[in-house]
Formats: sequence, structure tokens, C-alpha cells
Amino acid sequence: MSTDTVLRISHGAVAFGDRAVLRDLNLTVQSGEVVAILGANGSGKSTLIRAALGLLPLRSGSVELFGRPLAKVRQWKRIGYVPQRLGAGSGVPATVREVVSAGRLARRGFLRPAGRADRAAVTEAIEAVGLGDRAGDPVSTLSGGQQQRTLIARALAGGPELLVLDEPTAGVDAASQEAFAGALRAFVDRGGTVILVAHELGPLQSVVTRAVVIHDGVIAHDGAVPRPAGHHAEPGHDHVHPHAPGDEPDIWGTR
Amino acid sequence: MIDVLDSPIVQRALIGVLITGLIAPSLGIYLVQRRMSLIGDGIGHIALTGVGLGLLTGNQPVFTAVIVAIIGSIAVELVRSRGRTSGDQALAILFYGGISGGVFLVGLAPNKTNASLMTYLFGSPLTTTWDDLVVMAVLGAVVLAVTLGLRPWLFAICQDEEYAKVAGLPVRFLNLLLAVMAAVTVTVAMRAVGLLLVSALMVVPVAMAQQLARGFSSTMAISMLGGLIAGLIGSDMSIRLDTGTGATVVLSAIALFVVVALVSPLLRRGRQRGGPAGGDSAPEWVVDQ
Repeated sequence: MSTDTVLRISHGAVAFGDRAVLRDLNLTVQSGEVVAILGANGSGKSTLIRAALGLLPLRSGSVELFGRPLAKVRQWKRIGYVPQRLGAGSGVPATVREVVSAGRLARRGFLRPAGRADRAAVTEAIEAVGLGDRAGDPVSTLSGGQQQRTLIARALAGGPELLVLDEPTAGVDAASQEAFAGALRAFVDRGGTVILVAHELGPLQSVVTRAVVIHDGVIAHDGAVPRPAGHHAEPGHDHVHPHAPGDEPDIWGTR
Repeated sequence: MIDVLDSPIVQRALIGVLITGLIAPSLGIYLVQRRMSLIGDGIGHIALTGVGLGLLTGNQPVFTAVIVAIIGSIAVELVRSRGRTSGDQALAILFYGGISGGVFLVGLAPNKTNASLMTYLFGSPLTTTWDDLVVMAVLGAVVLAVTLGLRPWLFAICQDEEYAKVAGLPVRFLNLLLAVMAAVTVTVAMRAVGLLLVSALMVVPVAMAQQLARGFSSTMAISMLGGLIAGLIGSDMSIRLDTGTGATVVLSAIALFVVVALVSPLLRRGRQRGGPAGGDSAPEWVVDQ
């Protein structure tokens, strides 16, 4: 496997107003790695990947993707981004297939009509996450976990080399977590690189090769996956996210 | 209605209303998807300043309106994309400045009448000339080419803008294009339903269609059909009852929405009974408190 650098953040700093969220952060991810960015809520782990993808501006430092500075990245099709949840969820219905098809646009090229390969890639991505029988259903009728799988299929449809996932298992039922772990394993087996933000790993633990723990805007740990400690490790631990009070039990809740 | 249709005045009016009924929902669906249903209304307010400018300077109000509306909608898009909390107030100032500016400028115009103002605010399809129709048809075709031809890309930016950015789509260009097309749609609809009512035809047929459709493209198709039907029924009724065409068309669209809202639950129930067991039996997520 090649050891190309997929992501390099050098002295990255991000601030919202006067509040520093990330401070002088250095992170390099090589091709083929499966990196979990761990940390408590508000530690800056989501901020880290959002800045890495150019969705948030850096106050200082630099980001390189596939060896090119962020502003000069043109080959976005090499990246598959999976946000925390389906967009604001407007009133206009959209089928699973329509949402996943959007993931093919990066590869398809602007104004180019969809070819047979594009349609096949969309079908394959939907099958890969186990939603083949729901392709024609509106995403609003899907469970939270199935919606999350739809977003993963959207990212996979473009045939990316790097998957970036923001809390892919938050509020996801056990069946979806297994389907998700399976899809991720298949992606990694084909040589893909993964960066995922997680609160805890659950079934993903066996896929992850490296854990980076963010605490208070800096990297507190970089290496093997740490074991959950304290009351987090208790199976009955009821984990409530401060940013989504009560509406979204986390994977501990599924037991 | 058959006998009235012989009159070229009525024919032109009907064609104008149908063009509007077709294109307004095709553009409006993107605004609805973005939860910006009322933006069309705001652009209509701004366009009135363009009308005033045209009447004051002796230019065709359609041309000045389209220019001012485009400038206004680009300003709206800039406010939106910055996502500032004060954006809400900025939009209010823009919209009310637009409509006040329009009334003010019309007042300054040499041959001012309140009637002309009403014409632009609420539409006057019976005054549509062949030249007007040509302009409407050309601009309408441009709007349709964009809303239908760029559907996958516009869908992507309206459904999940951040994802579209990471996918490397030309998000800023598409946003501006959508804003410009919204302005053009408003101006095309000005003659038929008026600046204050155009937004209704961008939103109401979509609201109707999304109760029947399962996907985005089917919602779009049904909403355009709904716009046409509302235009047809509304025009017919307004001639029979001698009521304002714009208002009658909008009321027809709302009536269509209400009928569908009442009927669609029954349809859905029938579909569920007939088809495979609806829904997934797997729990969405397990609440364990």
C-alpha cells in the first residue's frame, strides 16, 4: 500500500469570534489509515474535520489534502464527506436514490448528463449500505440510522479514496451500526482511507487503526484506541448530548 | 369559456398566465427546499422599484424591473450565504425599501395613476401585448432551461449546501444563478399575477405536489402541472366572475392544495393497504431512559 499523505494539518488554529476552538494542531493522515477523532462534546473534534475540508476558515496554519493546499484542491471527487445528519430536511420530498445521486456529481462533471456508469455506481452504493429495497422511498420515511446510511451511500457513490465522517454512529440503531461497520470495512479493504469523528466507537472499534483524542483544542492522545473509562464504560450509561438534549439517545442507549 | 377564447385579448392573457403557472413552481421548488419560501415575495417587492424607475424614465418597466430584481436578488443571496443573524433584518430593510421606492418613484412619474401601480402589484393579464408575450416566453424558456437542465446540481446545493461544497460543485455560481432566475421569474410573472402574488405560484403548487409525490423530480413535475391547472381554472373563473385574474389564479392554486390535502391521506392509506407492508419494522432508535 502506498504511504501517500492524504491529510496534513500544520499548526492549524480555528476560533469562533474570540473563543479559540483548535490551537496549534498538527495532524498527518497517511493513505490506508482509519483514524478516529475522539473527544468530548465541545472538544473541537467536529471543528477539526470541518476545517480540514474547508468548511470553516483557519485562523492560522495550513491544511493540505492529497498534497495540495486546500485552496488549490480541484479533485474533490477523491473525498467523500458524510455530515452528521441529513440537511435541514425541507418539506420537499427526496428519494434515497435522488439523495445518493448527488454524491455522483463530483465525479460526473458539471453539466454532464448521467451515464450508465453513474447510475450503476449509485445503485451499487445503495446496495452497499443495505438500502436496496428502500431506494425509491422518501428519505423522510427512513429511520435515523437508515438516513445516516443514505448519507454514507451518497459519499460512496462518487468512488472516493478518502471518507470523512462526522459522528456517523450518533443516534443510530444497532442494525444500522452493523451495516455501517460492514460498509466501512469493505471500503478500507479496497485501500480507502477513513477519518471519522466519534463519541465512542462501538462496532467500529475493530476497523479503526489509530485514535486521535482532542481535548480542549489540542491533541491529547495519538496512537492506539483508548478503552472507554469511568462512567462512560458502564453499559447502562445514559449519554445525553448537550447540543441535542434528550432527542437522540446515543449508542449506549441501544445496548 | 370556449366563446371567450376567440378573443385575442383573452388568448394572450391565458398564455401569459400559463407560462407563469408553469415556470413559477419549477423555480419555487428550490426556494421551498431551502426553506426560503417567502424570498420570491421579497424579490417582488424589490422589483417594484424597477417598475417605478421604468415609468419615471419612460423605459419599459419590464426591463428596469428585471434589472433591479436581479440586483436585489443577488443582494439577498449575499445576505443568505453570509448567514449572519442580522440577515433577517437586512432582508426586511431591502424588501420594504424596494416596495416603498417603487411607490415613491411611480409618484414622481409624469403620468402617474394609482391604476398603473395596481397593475404591477396584482397583475393585469388582459393588457398583455404580443410583444409582452414574446418577452415572457423567451425569459420563461431560459428559466425552464436552468431549473430543469441543472436539476441535479441545484437539488444538491439546496438539499445540502455544505456537502455540495465538499463535492467541489460550483456552489457560489449556482447560488447566484438561482437568485438571478428567481428575479427573472418574478418579472415574467409580473404581468400575469402581479409582484405581490407571484410568490404564491412559486410555493403553493409545490406544497400541493409534495403531498402526492415521493421524490423531488416527481414533486417538480406535479407542481408544474398544478401551476398550469390553477392558471387555467383561475383565468376561466376570473373571466366569468369579472374578478382579478392574479388573485383568482392564486385562490385556485390554494383550492387545489386544500383538495389534495384532504384527499391524499385517503390515497396513502389505500396504497399502504395494497402494497407491501409500509415502513420498516426495525426500531428507529431505542430510547432507553
